[in-house]
Amino acid sequence: MVDYLWILVVLPLVGAAINLFLGKRLGEPLAGWIAFVVVAIDFIIGMAAGVGFITGNTVPETVYLFSWIPGLGVDAAILWDPLAFLLVFIVTGVGSLIHLYSIGYMHGDERYPRFFAYLNLFIASMLILVLGANYAIMFIGWELVGLSSYLLISFWFTKPAAAAAGKKAFIVNRIGDWGFIVALMIIFATFGTFDFGTIFREAPEMFMVGSATITAITLLLFVGAAGKSAQIPLYVWLPDAMEGPTPVSALIHAATMVTAGVFMIARSAVLFELAPTTGAIVATVGALTALLAAVIAIAQTDIKKVLAYSTISQLGYMVLAVGVGAYSAGMFHLTTHAFFKALLFLGAGSVIHALAGEQDMWKMGGLRKAMPITFITMAAAWLAIVGIFPFSGFWSKDEILYQTFDKGGAWLILWGIGVVAALLTAFYMTRLFVLTFIGKPRWDEGVEPHESPATMTIPLILLGVATLGIGAWNTPFRFSFEHFLEPSFEGVPHPAPIDWTLFVVLASFILVIAIIGLAWGWWRYTRDPLPVEDGSFWRNALAAFHVDAFYGKYIVAPGKAIASWFADFVDPKVIDGAAHGIGRGVRETGSGGSSIQTGQVRWYASGMAFAGVVLVVLFLLFGGGI
Amino acid sequence: MPVLTLLVVLPLVGALIVALLPTRRPELFLPVAFLATIPQLVVAGYIAVEFEVGTAEFQFGESQVLFESLGIGWLVAVDGISLFMVGITAILFPLAVAASRSITYQAKTFFALLLVLQAGVFGVFVALDLLLFFAFFEVVLVPMYLLIRIWGSENRAYAAMKFVLFTAVGSAFLLASIIALAIITGDQIGALASFDFRNMLSIEITRTAQLWLFAGFAIAFAIKVPLFPFHTWLPDAHTEAPTAGSVILAGVLLKMGTYGLLRFNLTLFPEATVDLALLMAALGVAGIVYGGAVAIVQSDIKRLVAYSSVSHMGFIVLGTFALTSQGLEGSIFLAFSHGLTTGMLFLLVGMIYDRTHTRRIADYGGLATLMPVFAGMFLFAAFASAGLPGLSGFVGEFTVLIGSYLTLPALAIIAGFGVILAAIYLLWAYERMFTGPVTNSKLDGIRRLGAREIVILVPLVLLIFALGVYPSPMFDRIEPSVEAILDRIELTTDYDVPEFGRADDQIDIEYGPVESEGEADSHGGGDSDEGDHGGNG
Repeated sequence: MVDYLWILVVLPLVGAAINLFLGKRLGEPLAGWIAFVVVAIDFIIGMAAGVGFITGNTVPETVYLFSWIPGLGVDAAILWDPLAFLLVFIVTGVGSLIHLYSIGYMHGDERYPRFFAYLNLFIASMLILVLGANYAIMFIGWELVGLSSYLLISFWFTKPAAAAAGKKAFIVNRIGDWGFIVALMIIFATFGTFDFGTIFREAPEMFMVGSATITAITLLLFVGAAGKSAQIPLYVWLPDAMEGPTPVSALIHAATMVTAGVFMIARSAVLFELAPTTGAIVATVGALTALLAAVIAIAQTDIKKVLAYSTISQLGYMVLAVGVGAYSAGMFHLTTHAFFKALLFLGAGSVIHALAGEQDMWKMGGLRKAMPITFITMAAAWLAIVGIFPFSGFWSKDEILYQTFDKGGAWLILWGIGVVAALLTAFYMTRLFVLTFIGKPRWDEGVEPHESPATMTIPLILLGVATLGIGAWNTPFRFSFEHFLEPSFEGVPHPAPIDWTLFVVLASFILVIAIIGLAWGWWRYTRDPLPVEDGSFWRNALAAFHVDAFYGKYIVAPGKAIASWFADFVDPKVIDGAAHGIGRGVRETGSGGSSIQTGQVRWYASGMAFAGVVLVVLFLLFGGGI
Repeated sequence: MPVLTLLVVLPLVGALIVALLPTRRPELFLPVAFLATIPQLVVAGYIAVEFEVGTAEFQFGESQVLFESLGIGWLVAVDGISLFMVGITAILFPLAVAASRSITYQAKTFFALLLVLQAGVFGVFVALDLLLFFAFFEVVLVPMYLLIRIWGSENRAYAAMKFVLFTAVGSAFLLASIIALAIITGDQIGALASFDFRNMLSIEITRTAQLWLFAGFAIAFAIKVPLFPFHTWLPDAHTEAPTAGSVILAGVLLKMGTYGLLRFNLTLFPEATVDLALLMAALGVAGIVYGGAVAIVQSDIKRLVAYSSVSHMGFIVLGTFALTSQGLEGSIFLAFSHGLTTGMLFLLVGMIYDRTHTRRIADYGGLATLMPVFAGMFLFAAFASAGLPGLSGFVGEFTVLIGSYLTLPALAIIAGFGVILAAIYLLWAYERMFTGPVTNSKLDGIRRLGAREIVILVPLVLLIFALGVYPSPMFDRIEPSVEAILDRIELTTDYDVPEFGRADDQIDIEYGPVESEGEADSHGGGDSDEGDHGGNG
């Protein structure tokens, strides 16, 4: 029995409320500690409730809380299964470490307690998203994480760029949400419920593989996922979201919220299995996103922008995985990525902190001596994302690519794209790592880098350990991760059994690719002097191929023009034009030039009576009433 | 206890008391007017608590014949639909009064008119005699006209006139239709005429007549809602009206339109409803998208909120004419919620206008630094209005959208775009007014939100929040009344309501008679014993 799980959501909400209303009185650092403790308790409760899933002693269960919208049959209810548990582990685990880190990082900020209120609100929202037992509750969490994201990206709202970035994130996500909502409409019209259990039980009985209804539902769900998980063409909000404080980037825009789309698809695996067309589209979008973002990442000069595009690229891998039907592999990459990407962001934050806010990698260099802990932990994360054996990224990325390759045929193209993206990933991450930590110092005069305080380095160390350790969870020698998730993917066909020869060949091949990328980057950026990067490729890639400008010119501007046409022409000229015609007639007949007010009211009374009588007569004569 | 009559009479008594206050004591006007709204709140609270859940019957009925030969009577009652309209009226008026401290010119008249307005609105929502309904419908017009005309801003004469003219055109149609319907009713029950809603339910109206009558009622209500393309009076009226006027206009008066559509069009003319549902819903959706798009490019914050109302009211109309239980339930819920959220937005705009005397968005910037609490409140209201889950607006919109898809899939999908537009116009406005550095030096030293203002806003915050998290008590009361309307449509037409999500255990699905207290009326079929009369047409 896990009836008490609602506490997971309520605790951080209480934390948020405390900091919202009493934060000023609590002050620094107490406000931060309260927020941290709340999430840490969540972590402990969540682990205690879910440890049975790992040992295999616990079965999934649904906890009913109360009836939310009776007309739609929506209950506030929790689905507690391995998938939910995994996400709770990530959200509260990484989340509590990032809260801890923020206690130091946000030091001295004027709105320190408010930051933690928002951070707690985010945790609660994310937990609603992952714990919901039906699509409606999931959607609540889905929107609320959008709210927290908005609040935190715009946290330093006096900076116009931060305010604009928050707004952009919310609006672009809303475009995706439109897809989610329409999917929910069809789901309700089809199944008469939003309940996961019922839908996943009935869907395979009601529909053949390839059914149009399920294809439509899954495609629309994917539109939502593409917004939240920053896939082509809706990824444009995520790079801008880096305007938020770095812990926010680490928690929300790398480890947790942005993976919600992947989680949602995995949760809906039964439906996606019934819609192979959708699967192909999802996988293609994922692979292309992985590649495009990797290309853009190569040319970025801002350390957080590199990581942002890298996140988009890695999300592309996860989306590719769930599109291929390799749900466990996708969730596994989600898990490893949550740790190593959070670590990369926090490491970057530590660097930025040390350099008094500097984010340009060309003004870093040689930081390994000044910041040994940051250097070592980030090295682990770097090797993980590059995919070097035996770091966690190696296992997870490898498995996705293997499963894609294994499907054969045209899927090999996607595999090829994935391999190229892996090569580029190794290159740009090495570029980041070398430019930051190796070589000669290039920082500005007067900046004296120093290692960050313990509240910041402890999370780095713990995440580093996790980055090393988690990969072992799913070494192909023991498919424990997949086995662990099995109860969540009931009714979803297992991937074909592993062909070991092929597996080892492919793994070795990709490892070689990664090493080539790494060596290439190492060679290029340890040279002295550093290469000049302003050819046309570098300029265009740095500007992210001008996609934002394109959207602005071909979507935003025409949209505004239409709205202005409505506002400045249709309303005043067309509709009011007609109304004014009537109005003029009134003034001439009614007031005869005398006091406007009395004249018009008199007209109103007499005109209405007259019109009324005429209408009654007309109606009784011709209306067929009597 | 004749609680509903009390609801109508109490504000009039209050108005009288305010009017009799000595003119040389202007400091008393607002507190007395405020106190005069409290009994109504108490009575409405009493009605809400005592309201019997799980039945579609009209409750708290009172019936008194006035003109027997013409079939006119004082006939009032509430069901699960009017209950919430009464509720929002009782809630918003005290807040509107409390927020009117900046009114100094002829303040006594101002508050007296507000109270008369409240009496009229209560009358509209409880009247079940159609002539009585019409009378209240018109009574409301006069104080509102004066509020805009006398206490409005620069362009008030034009706006007030536009408001009256648009509404008057609709009223002409409404009056004609009501009289015609009364004559038809009288004809069938063997009297000269009858304006009794219960009698109207019991007769048969030919399809042609239904279409005509539907059109007559619908034009009046469509202008009131306002439904696209009859909406252009609204932005002007809102922009020019004083804060209290805007709050009441958006929060309560517009609901008279959607309430009328639901109570009369759907219930009395089921065949015409089924025939014309697509047209009405399409106009609603046109309003959602059009209103949302126009709101984006407004440079005046009050106009922006006004256009957002056009968009939200479109959702209500869509849900109403989707003719599904979810759509209807969502509509009523949204009508209530819109009163809270848009009421709050207008209150907020009024508070800032009182300080700066400008409504131009461009005159602001960086307000969040200067007035953090105000900014937080505004953002809360904006997100509530934009349908953020956990707040009341979402529950209504979501239920409407899901319910509308069952019968009008294409329209529901288009309506979904309204959700995107809402995020754009509200967040963009917030960005321009509240974020960034403070650019306008006139804003320096602007007064922060005072305790009085916060106290006005807090009840709305709590309600918006509570209904967003736990809306089911409200739905429990709405549902039976909605089912009754739908059952009547199913019974009299060949339309089938989609079954999904409808409760299986609906027992009491007939329109029951009005429960009248004590007095036996002469209209027939209105005894207080349960369920054997009424909707047998």
